[in-house]
Amino acid sequence: MATMEEYSGHDSKAQYFWVWGALLVLTAIEVVLGYKQIFEPVRMLEVLLILSIIKSALIVGYFMHLKFEKALMRWMLVISVMACFIIMYFFFFPDADRIIRLGVK
Amino acid sequence: MSDAAAMQHGLPGEYEAPLFGAYSKKIGMWLFLASDSLTFGALLFAFSYNRIYTNPWPTPFHVASITNATIMTACLLSSSLTMVMGVFAAQRHDRAWTRYWLLATMIFGTAFIVLHGMEWSKLIGEGLTIPGFPKPAGAGAGELADVSKAVPQFPATFFGLTAMHMLHVTIGVIYLGVVAFRKWFLPLLGVLWLAGYLLIPSDNVFHYGIHALLIGLIVSAIILFLKPKDYDAHDVEVSGLYWHFVDLVWMFIFPLVYLMSTKIV
Repeated sequence: MATMEEYSGHDSKAQYFWVWGALLVLTAIEVVLGYKQIFEPVRMLEVLLILSIIKSALIVGYFMHLKFEKALMRWMLVISVMACFIIMYFFFFPDADRIIRLGVK
Repeated sequence: MSDAAAMQHGLPGEYEAPLFGAYSKKIGMWLFLASDSLTFGALLFAFSYNRIYTNPWPTPFHVASITNATIMTACLLSSSLTMVMGVFAAQRHDRAWTRYWLLATMIFGTAFIVLHGMEWSKLIGEGLTIPGFPKPAGAGAGELADVSKAVPQFPATFFGLTAMHMLHVTIGVIYLGVVAFRKWFLPLLGVLWLAGYLLIPSDNVFHYGIHALLIGLIVSAIILFLKPKDYDAHDVEVSGLYWHFVDLVWMFIFPLVYLMSTKIV
């Protein structure tokens, strides 16, 4: 119960409106990038993914309140999930890259 | 049970401090979300793998599709904001406003599902199909019929990934409905299921997809029967965690699936 009062104390509603605005702006930037094709596809993928990671950090940190949880919970969740994604990356991508280099259609 | 165990050890009232200093329902939801993020992670990795080794990858999304998907994204982002407001209202024990905010969140979520459903129906009508699923008569001659033949990975991964997400949004709306309105939400769910089943033509995939609501109705009824309770601020917050997670997943699906496949004319 204490936790509930604890974090309603340092929350201001305004900051959530700012986060919402930032998420909408980042989405708009993504859509513009998708249309303008300023970058070549691989670079665009990198940029879009970086923007998505920023957006998800805002959602997890503020909307899901992880920023205001205990440091142990914060780090344990983030590190374990990220570690699994990194393992998946090493499983999938060398092979996808090999296939494209071999020219298999 | 745990009381008895504590007493036996001669430590009445002495309980182990909760892990991470948070209440158990919240820890449970976080653990579920961590595992669910790996489910979506695996699907997104599989999608990206297909995307990389398939050359050329189809880029069928016209301006109309991207505009639609952008509105859907805005709906989800706004629903997260209304959800946060709902949690605030629940924390100050304002029942009426908790319900209003949760209802607003559900309306945004429903708008997302309806827009997504219309988008799906349009793509299927244009020929983006996977074998074995219902499709309207003219779909075989649509402009995307060639895409489905040449690159079957495209419709398979597109529908697989977005269906999984759409299912999560649907479960989320039902979850919020139960938290906000409890048993009074069940008749509405039943009416929506029946109306959807009767009104959606049988050559549309949602004629069958609407049964997700019936399954949701049965599961919600069992939960409410086994544990009829008034949901408190903790329950609202935990349901909010789930809802924000659904929003978060879309932040990856939208750029990877839609923006990387825009049709520039």
